[in-house]
Amino acid sequence: MKKIAAVLALLASIGLASGAELLNVSYDPTRELYTEYNAAFAKYWKSKTGQDVTVNQSHGGSGKQARSVLDGLEADVVTLALAYDIDALAEKKLLPDDWQKAFPENSSPYTSTIVFLVRKGNPKGIKDWDDLAKPGIAVITPNPKTSGGARWNYLGAWAYAEQKLNKDEAKVKDFIGKIYKNAPVLDSGARGATTTFVQRGLGDVLIAWENEAYLALKEFGPEKFEIVTPSISILAEPPVAVVDVVAKRHKTEDLAKAYLNYLYSEEGQDIAGKNFYRPRDPKVAAKYASQFGKVSLVTIDDVFGGWKKAQATHFADGGTFDQIYAK
Amino acid sequence: MAGVVPDLTLIRPAVRPAVRPRRATEEGPFIRWTLIVITVLFFAAFLVLPLVTVFVEAFRKGTEYYFKALSDPIAWSAIKLTLVTAAIAVPLNTVFGLAAAWAITRFSFRGRQFLSTLIDLPLWVSPVIGGLIYVLLFGTQSPFSPWLIAHHIKIVYATPGIIIATVFVTFPFVARGLIPLMQNQGVAEEEAALTLGAHGWQVFFRVTIPKIKWGLLYSVILSNARAMGEFGAVSVVSGHIRGLTNTIPLQIEILYNEYSFAAAFALASLLSLLGLATLALKTYIEWRAGGRPS
Repeated sequence: MKKIAAVLALLASIGLASGAELLNVSYDPTRELYTEYNAAFAKYWKSKTGQDVTVNQSHGGSGKQARSVLDGLEADVVTLALAYDIDALAEKKLLPDDWQKAFPENSSPYTSTIVFLVRKGNPKGIKDWDDLAKPGIAVITPNPKTSGGARWNYLGAWAYAEQKLNKDEAKVKDFIGKIYKNAPVLDSGARGATTTFVQRGLGDVLIAWENEAYLALKEFGPEKFEIVTPSISILAEPPVAVVDVVAKRHKTEDLAKAYLNYLYSEEGQDIAGKNFYRPRDPKVAAKYASQFGKVSLVTIDDVFGGWKKAQATHFADGGTFDQIYAK
Repeated sequence: MAGVVPDLTLIRPAVRPAVRPRRATEEGPFIRWTLIVITVLFFAAFLVLPLVTVFVEAFRKGTEYYFKALSDPIAWSAIKLTLVTAAIAVPLNTVFGLAAAWAITRFSFRGRQFLSTLIDLPLWVSPVIGGLIYVLLFGTQSPFSPWLIAHHIKIVYATPGIIIATVFVTFPFVARGLIPLMQNQGVAEEEAALTLGAHGWQVFFRVTIPKIKWGLLYSVILSNARAMGEFGAVSVVSGHIRGLTNTIPLQIEILYNEYSFAAAFALASLLSLLGLATLALKTYIEWRAGGRPS
């Protein structure tokens, strides 16, 4: 048994770097953000403590990533798309129930919202959510069962419909159903949906994270796509947390805490703004304000009574998504 | 015109030798050419074109970018992990395949047929299921989990899990390649060696191995190609930690999703080159084995 253990430990160590290590398990569109932030943090940490630190990253659909952490992916910190996915970890006692109080601003160092990406010249004349429900429009959005961004998309549409249709639930469901009937594929993550729209050229409109839409615009050029900001959208607060059980085992608690805290520093906020997230810090936010469109934002707490309730009503088995998608 | 007919019959024997008489089993030229054209077109559309595209895309930003993409530390770690995985999984499966083929063709025992069918299991089930089995077996949901954690052993979301998943998807190849071969060859030579006084291992190394050598090599190469190219099962157990648990196929997907298309195709070209090398080696082996595919 000992020999087997030794061999396995040796195998596990292949490719490991020296110095302190941290694993940040994140959601799909944060790849560029954290690549840049990790380098900045490593520099900051080295100058402050003299210690070298390597931050490893793993990205995927937010729900899928939470699932992997539950199954044993040893994340020291998670930076996911929505609070519910971290609540799922708290339920299995990987971190305390009140994790969202551990860092300022609901543990969400940056925010974002949901906008539309359309092809250059907006040939289908898409201006707001109700244009997505029209017949003959192909809508690209990921699967709300696996993707956090997709859940924000769904709730953004719902918030708009509720306001427009005077909270008549049957009509709202019908409206949402029409949008999803227009979706030819549901990718498992936000980035998959973006490549479907951008690379494979499928669909007339992509419902996307604001940061994801601006990144695609930057990568592929404004001569190919444009961004349409709807009249109403949802304030998305992607939260961060230290996975206490894992950090304790790795003895990385202090490092993990410092890593997430630095997101709130001026440098951290600036990197968020540069990567098209809306910074929390008012000074940094003002610097980047001009790059975003004007939109009236509603919050998940105001319209849906928080993530736990929204999840149960809309995305649990038999929830409104299952009802409208089965039709 | 009727008067011309006898003339023609007279001429025919003189003209005939230029055109080979058609055999009863041979198709007409129209069908023959149609089949050839269909095959070639299909081959061009589904094999040559994609392969060419991979290389064109890989070199789109120039040779310098190509080699920079391949020498990137994260790409390099993916290449290393793929090589380590294949270097462990393939020999393991070679030994297992030999043992299984030997047991199934040389002994008769209860459940032999069942065992022979069971070897194919990884070919029937989707690789994703293969990966999920190991997540359930070695993940935090499993009864072994406390022991693994106490001994600081990581299996899923680390290199051992990737190797195990690769072993799972590649283990039928060697056994499947050898069983029909060994069944056809029979045991006459081995029996002769035994009656001449050779003992077990001598028979194995001096008689059996030379008999099956080309078939064995062929199966090992096939198994290696699959081990390096596996995506589904490995994707489930990997955890996608960049620079640590991404094999070449996983890294290709990540790069593609990060809009680094040229870098993604540079790695893809490496994997394609491996495929081409495998093909060349396979052709050589078939030729050495006497032209008959084994």
